[in-house]
Amino acid sequence: MNTTAMTVDPVPVYRRLYWALADAWVVTRRHLLHIPQQHEQWISATVQPIIFVLLFRYVFGGAIVTPEASYINFLMAGIFVQSVVMEGMTGGIGLAHDLKRGIIDRFRTLPMAPSAVLAGPIVADTLRNLFIIGVMLALGLAVGFRPEASALAWCGAIGLLLATSFAVSWIGSVVALLVRDPEAVQVMAFVVMMPLAFASSAFVPVETMPSWLQPIVRHQPVTVIVDAVRGLLLAHTTGAAPWQALAWCAGIVAVCAPLSVVLYRRLARE
Amino acid sequence: MGAHSPAILARGVVKRFGTTQALAGLDLTAEPGTILGVLGPNGAGKTTAVRILTTLLRPDAGRVEVAGFDVVRQPDQVRTRIGLAGQYATVDELLSGRENLVMVGRLFHLPRAEARRRADALLERFGLTDVAHRPVKTYSGGMRRRLDLAASLVTEPQVLFLDEPTTGLDPRSRLTLWEIIREQAARGATVLLTTQYLDEADQLADTIVVIDHGRVIASGTADELKDQVGGDRLDVTVAAESDLEDAVRALERHATGPAHVDVAQRQVSVPIRNVPGLLAAVVRDLDARNVRPLDFRLRRPTLDDVFLALTSAPAGPAGDECEEAA
Repeated sequence: MNTTAMTVDPVPVYRRLYWALADAWVVTRRHLLHIPQQHEQWISATVQPIIFVLLFRYVFGGAIVTPEASYINFLMAGIFVQSVVMEGMTGGIGLAHDLKRGIIDRFRTLPMAPSAVLAGPIVADTLRNLFIIGVMLALGLAVGFRPEASALAWCGAIGLLLATSFAVSWIGSVVALLVRDPEAVQVMAFVVMMPLAFASSAFVPVETMPSWLQPIVRHQPVTVIVDAVRGLLLAHTTGAAPWQALAWCAGIVAVCAPLSVVLYRRLARE
Repeated sequence: MGAHSPAILARGVVKRFGTTQALAGLDLTAEPGTILGVLGPNGAGKTTAVRILTTLLRPDAGRVEVAGFDVVRQPDQVRTRIGLAGQYATVDELLSGRENLVMVGRLFHLPRAEARRRADALLERFGLTDVAHRPVKTYSGGMRRRLDLAASLVTEPQVLFLDEPTTGLDPRSRLTLWEIIREQAARGATVLLTTQYLDEADQLADTIVVIDHGRVIASGTADELKDQVGGDRLDVTVAAESDLEDAVRALERHATGPAHVDVAQRQVSVPIRNVPGLLAAVVRDLDARNVRPLDFRLRRPTLDDVFLALTSAPAGPAGDECEEAA
């Protein structure tokens, strides 16, 4: 039996790219079609930020002094970023679930782009975060949030929040592919993302923290992103520039997206 | 597909999981348009073999080609030509049956209209039209399995891999699946089917390979395998459990191989070469030992006997952690 495997012309790069995007859209649609079945997830994803807005506005807010803006104006940027960061990991939990079920095997026997399997849920999550940002904004306006942003700054702020959601979701993918257990991803999300979200400028001014902690907090990505969003919404220029925040997001995607694809391909090795 | 290449070709395939040797030099060949049945006890390496053939797992050593393409170096070429239905339904629980099939078609890069057309045709063929728009999580086990098989046929594969497709199904669902599998071979597809049900292999497969401990221990048509066990089988059922020992002693004098004893059924089964006068001699021997047979039956060997003779483990639809882990 001396057969030799057949050779095939390589597929041109632009065709690969086209199909990677087309596949990613099909997988995104899969996750969007889940929405009517996932009321609970949507309710908890919406209720949590609402509780946070109300808690910080009315319970903690009175004790927190913000020099440059009213506390509600200071708070909203922080709430937006915090909720996007915490929500970003839910995609990882979903991926870990999928890895335990057979659906990923189905995808892996199809001639589709591996990146699409990973990008699909991330794009769907990013769209969901857009909705959640809208809900929070409406609530914020109702409880006294008075942004002074121009239309352009608004676009910048929302774009930055979506970029953050996208970037954090890729971290979620890497974690899911490494631990492959939904509960473990949840624990990781809590243990890593919770301190990052709170030890930042999201809820209190950095100046009120102990001096040893301040440099760490000031330079960690959540603070950089919160400061940028806050600057855009309140039309002041202190804190990090939007491009720095965007650079963090781009950096995270540049590392985590290819790493996820490598880890996904490695599923065949075990 | 190349002019002379088999649809499935595996040579010396080795796969280890830690210290466990799942495949130890597995060889498989299936000619285009045939059904290859892969039989083996739990943990023999059936699922590992299917996962390697379908590009889900890389072999540690050996050569594997499907539809003429190397599974390691040309996985995408293989993926455009295969379908897989596993033991565990690989469909999305939250989507409807139709949404699942359309999604698979789109990911196979069919135009939207064609993906929908094929989805509807398959739902119709598999009797799922009524539930086409319901989420899969509301489906019964049999419906789910049919949908899974339908999902693997959306791509009209040249080579179809079915890993225990009927395990846990009721008899009627099994018959429906058998019919569909035969249809696939009739339209020219090559089918590799793993099963724990020997009658399934007997009914469907053109060629059967028996694997154990990750390598092939026998192969051929069902009849060839039965001939390998040699001659006929004699089953004797006795009235009391206490008679079993005497019955074994009497029967083994005439047998061509060791006796199998089923204590629960009070039955002794031995391979024999039927020559004139043999049965009379057996009856006299039983009588001399005061053993009263309730039933006395001469028959052709079944694949069950082949299985028992070839492997140490009994066949049966039992759970299987080892294969799941693989």
